Amino acid sequence: MENFEDSIREVAEKLLRDKKVDLIIGYEQGTLPLRTTPCFVEKLEDVKKLVWNASCDANLSKYVVGKKEKVGVVAKGCDARLIAVCAVENQIPRENVVVIGVPCQGVIDRKKIEAKLEGKEVLEAVVKDEQIKVEGEGFEVVLPKKDFLCDSCHTCRHRNPPIYDVLIGEKLPQSTDKNEFAEVSSLESKSTEERWEHFKEELSTCIRCYACRNVCPLCYCKMCFVDQSMPTWFGKTNDLSDTMIYHIVRAFHVAGRCVDCGACTRACPMAINLRELVKKTEKIMKERYNYEAGLGLEEVPPLGEFKMEDSQEFIK
Amino acid sequence: MKNAEEKWEPKILAFLCNWCSYAGADLAGISRIQYPPNIRVVRVPCSGRVNPYYIIKALQRGWDGVLVSGCHPGDCHYISGNLVARRRFAVLKDLLEYFGIEPERVNFSWVSAAEGEKFANVVTDVVKEVKALGPAKRLVKR
Repeated sequence: MENFEDSIREVAEKLLRDKKVDLIIGYEQGTLPLRTTPCFVEKLEDVKKLVWNASCDANLSKYVVGKKEKVGVVAKGCDARLIAVCAVENQIPRENVVVIGVPCQGVIDRKKIEAKLEGKEVLEAVVKDEQIKVEGEGFEVVLPKKDFLCDSCHTCRHRNPPIYDVLIGEKLPQSTDKNEFAEVSSLESKSTEERWEHFKEELSTCIRCYACRNVCPLCYCKMCFVDQSMPTWFGKTNDLSDTMIYHIVRAFHVAGRCVDCGACTRACPMAINLRELVKKTEKIMKERYNYEAGLGLEEVPPLGEFKMEDSQEFIK
Repeated sequence: MKNAEEKWEPKILAFLCNWCSYAGADLAGISRIQYPPNIRVVRVPCSGRVNPYYIIKALQRGWDGVLVSGCHPGDCHYISGNLVARRRFAVLKDLLEYFGIEPERVNFSWVSAAEGEKFANVVTDVVKEVKALGPAKRLVKR
């Protein structure tokens, strides 16, 4: 990891010096332990701010959408996939972006650590050799990193960026044979009634803060359907029906585009498991159209094309 | 109360494409084919014109079921509107079912202008299924 950080700085410095890019988007150390924040580097002397560690969880492709200048962006597997999706959708001019691909070993889910510590405040944390050492007032624990990764990272099959201009380090083996749809499948095996009750309970805590939408690189619409008032499609209340519809339509909107980066789940202040809502769309796309988003620049989004022989068993 | 429940009849919102299904419904009518009077028809230029919002909004407004009907694949007046719609509806239907909306409430069919009989059958089936489910409750906004 250490040398990843050095390589990132080296590459960033070179790109800036050669005027290949005007801006580097990466991560810098946050003010709290286990946190990083997006970092925008325009000057050579700021390059040293860039860091790389297991807390680099923000999806930086969000900041590339809509940028006019040439940017270099530090991208994990999922970030790079989203850059590809946005490039396919003409939201990112690919030639303007230098993707600094970083093979990723998964990012830490702070919510899991918070849950483990039962509300005790972490004052210092060190991640080393697959272990997280957290310290606070009157306690010190060492946690195995693999148990505290994000759910998306557990089943990630694209740890290496599928598109990149510069690769930091070496590609990782695609190791996981875990079923990424296990959660979805277990829900599917339940009855409609049970599923409804499950989602009702899960979403009843939603406060409609739209953090999940705002953090998502795919939500780049200038006017979101929930903000629209002429016509007002759906209510803005946190009435169950409105909340449910917001989440259904959000899932529908990312169908065939979502790469399960987990940003929405991490952003949710109410700890709603948003992953199980959107993961289904990925499953539908895979089963029906054998499509996985963000693996290349030549792909056509499944809802942007059709085939005569598409499945239609549901049509009377 | 019991009486009211017995008297309950489902209301189904039907989006029919102008070129096939609407004409199919018309044919069912002029052929005097009997089918349940539970549908309210919205004529749309093409099944591809049906925004998924319409379907979800209908469910929120308390319609007991929705039917979207268009031309058979290959017969679309606009060449491919129904094929685009087919993918969209497939995803929407799977998703609504996953979220726990009874799948019988959201229906799609291909009915050509010559299939008055099929139209009557589709409506009969849909009404029967929705009746068995009872009034819509889940997505309805109160």
